[in-house]
Amino acid sequence: MSKRRVIPGFGLSLGFTLCYLSLLILIPLAALFLKAAGLGWQEWWRLLGSARVLAAARLTFGASACAAALSAILGLPVTWVLVRYRFPGRRLMDAMIDLPFALPTAVAGITLTTIYAPNGWVGAWLLKLGIKGAYSPVGVFIALTFIGFPFVVRTLQPVLEDFAKDTEEAAATLGAGRWLTVRRVVFPMMVPALITGFTLAFARALGEYGSVIFISGNLPMKTEILPLLIVSQLEQFNVPAAAVIASAMLVVSFMLLLSINLLQRWLDWQKS
Amino acid sequence: MSHPGVTTESRLVRMLLIGTAGLIVGLLLLMPLLAVFIEALRKGWEVFLASLHDEAALSAVKLTLTAAAVSVPLNTLFGVGAAWAVTKFRFKGRALLISLIDLPFAVSPVIAGLVFVLLFSPHGWFGRWLEEYDLKVIFALPGIIIATMFVTFPFVARELIPLMAAQGSDQEEAAVTLGARGWQIFLRVTLPNIKWGLLYGVLLCNARAMGEFGAVSVVSGHIRGETNTLPLHVEVLYNEYQFSAAFACATLLALLALVTLGIKSAIEHFTGHRHHGRH
Amino acid sequence: MNRPPFTIGLRAALSASAVLAVALLAPASCRRHDQRLTLLNVSYDPTREFYADVNKAFSAEWQERHGQPLAIKQSHGGSGKQARAVCDGLEADVVTLALAGDIDAIARAGLLSADWAAKLPQNSAPYTSTIVFVVRTGNPKGIKDWGDLAGRGVQVITPNPKTSGGARWNYLAAWAWAEKQFGGDQAKIREYIARVLGNVPVLDAGARAATTTFAQREIGDVFLSWENEAYLIAKEFPGKTEMVYPSLSILAEPSVAVVETNAKKHGTAAVAQAYLEFLYTDAAQQLAAKHFYRPRRATVASTLPAIDLVTVDRDFGGWATAQRVHFDDGGTFDQLYGTKQ
Repeated sequence: MSKRRVIPGFGLSLGFTLCYLSLLILIPLAALFLKAAGLGWQEWWRLLGSARVLAAARLTFGASACAAALSAILGLPVTWVLVRYRFPGRRLMDAMIDLPFALPTAVAGITLTTIYAPNGWVGAWLLKLGIKGAYSPVGVFIALTFIGFPFVVRTLQPVLEDFAKDTEEAAATLGAGRWLTVRRVVFPMMVPALITGFTLAFARALGEYGSVIFISGNLPMKTEILPLLIVSQLEQFNVPAAAVIASAMLVVSFMLLLSINLLQRWLDWQKS
Repeated sequence: MSHPGVTTESRLVRMLLIGTAGLIVGLLLLMPLLAVFIEALRKGWEVFLASLHDEAALSAVKLTLTAAAVSVPLNTLFGVGAAWAVTKFRFKGRALLISLIDLPFAVSPVIAGLVFVLLFSPHGWFGRWLEEYDLKVIFALPGIIIATMFVTFPFVARELIPLMAAQGSDQEEAAVTLGARGWQIFLRVTLPNIKWGLLYGVLLCNARAMGEFGAVSVVSGHIRGETNTLPLHVEVLYNEYQFSAAFACATLLALLALVTLGIKSAIEHFTGHRHHGRH
Repeated sequence: MNRPPFTIGLRAALSASAVLAVALLAPASCRRHDQRLTLLNVSYDPTREFYADVNKAFSAEWQERHGQPLAIKQSHGGSGKQARAVCDGLEADVVTLALAGDIDAIARAGLLSADWAAKLPQNSAPYTSTIVFVVRTGNPKGIKDWGDLAGRGVQVITPNPKTSGGARWNYLAAWAWAEKQFGGDQAKIREYIARVLGNVPVLDAGARAATTTFAQREIGDVFLSWENEAYLIAKEFPGKTEMVYPSLSILAEPSVAVVETNAKKHGTAAVAQAYLEFLYTDAAQQLAAKHFYRPRRATVASTLPAIDLVTVDRDFGGWATAQRVHFDDGGTFDQLYGTKQ
């Protein structure tokens, strides 16, 4: 603790950080909770228990979980290839992974809608298989997969890069076949990172708005997500209802954030 | 990098895996990017250029640039300050503070917009006070800026904290013993060490600031030519069946994304250091 | 480092607050210093194309007459939503909304005087419209009149009456038809309305979003639409839909008014008044006819067919009553929506 005084700027930097954080983030969020708390528990239960909110919650959580799972499944081979193989176009592929981070969600929304609409490139083809792409829960799922994909790859990548090859070699010398080595040695080592990546993608998907509203069709009870429900309550100037739904979502996000931080610690601990 | 035979796969499996990965990236990521440009040019160059020259589009670009020009520097300032506080010192509640900085990542952008409506609308907490001084926040530029700031708040800090933590504070401590003052230490010792990470954080912060949709949409009021940012303008055009114009404006945002990714790759190439983060 | 940490923290706190205050207030204070005269028209959904033309014509005329450039800005959305946005601080100089009831709401918020409707001719409604059906090509479900909307397996698209003006006209038109059909039997009317609402898969916030749902997303069998929006659909999505005029519909009177408090504050009262008066001129009435509104001036020809129309004033006792009975919280819409799935 005596070290604290060696480097200057403690008071200034911490004070500035705390104030900025409080003014921009904490006080506004507290205002939201206060607004919602003013309603009383009964009203909370009535609002959150309504069929429309429940349906939206089911879709939001269900589609987010499925999308995060698909991202994890697709992310695994992509990360493997990026880390382990050298081939022409690898750098380009690596750079492209971050596209969903950098592409504004509204652009992603209108583009994915165009592609997956019944008359779009992929949508027409899906329709032949009897699947409706855009304007259905499938559309929500597609958009959320797009959004969540990079989280998985970018979490897996450093773990696989740091993974000691000698463990694999050891397994091979002990007579394990390549597939067995990958399945029994490499894959278990990647599980924590995979879970972290899944959770990150899931957390991001829960709050996603821009890309989903275009592709979902926004049918109440069918393809309406929670953030959209908040907006539509706000448009009807039913501010208390919007505040209640938002507070409930916020609590879930808090808990996810907490578990992500714990997972990250697990990951760091495992690496060292 | 060469692989001994035992720790790699047969040529066929490798080809197959590379093919699969290419297909995934192509279908999931590359196709939407291509679609933006193809749809934008569907009705030809003239329509494309005309939609970008439209007065409402130009003012949307201006507004987007203004909002980013205010929010990015402020959040950069915050990011550097916060990273300094949490990496150079140990104090009670430090872990909590780091978690709180992450908070906006977990909050839906829509909620970010909603909280500012609660605070600044005429019936909100500060509504009456704002009215007294004839200040407008909601449905005007300040609301758009502050919503953007909320959403892009953690980007720079998030990028700097792991970087500065890994570098430790030995160099700064040495500088102190040599008699350097606070700002001198930061500018001469710390900044050169973190400049690439800082640039990368600013870049991501900027990309998100210019592309933010949900939070801004809640506070904007959608006044054409006044409070529509570029992403909102894209939405308005899309809802007016002007698909080509909507995609033409979307190309600007897609180009922004490509430039961001390009600079990111360049930084990584330049420093030989990979940036991982959650954004 | 000799200062106590507390004062340093305080200074840091002050500097953080100052930084944020500058971010918040600097743009606020330099607003409205624009030399150009600007007018903000907050309107409802299907008027986008119409007011784009009107604004061009009026600002040209204003410039010619007063030598002063004029910029007119637009905001569009569901009529009820827009009215609430104006009450909540969207500083409109003029509102051109879907129905008188929404402007009454703004008057109740104290932004304009309660007798606003008397300030311009024809109840401050410079053009009228009505509600028609839009169906898929060939009318596969054989929808001819209001009674068919309650049929089994028919999907009806209408926006949400809570946020959209057009949706309230839809609702009242259906109610008026049922009133006539069932000879005023309230139980049967309510049963009918509940069945129609049960056939609605989507309640969008505004007419334009509902149009997108029906025409572009191809959801639903029949779309209860503004007449002018129906013609727009025919133009934008050729060959995919056709229009059906029901046996009876409602005279929709979209109303306009100067938002006096805001106009006074911005110094735009004169130009705002001139803008609304311009809507009654031949030039603007022709634009209204061109965009498939029904012009008020007999001298301006309209191609729209004459149909049997009820009015809110005669059949529903005016907007204040209609709003209270049907659309306020706990009104018939709230009672009947969701009772039949």
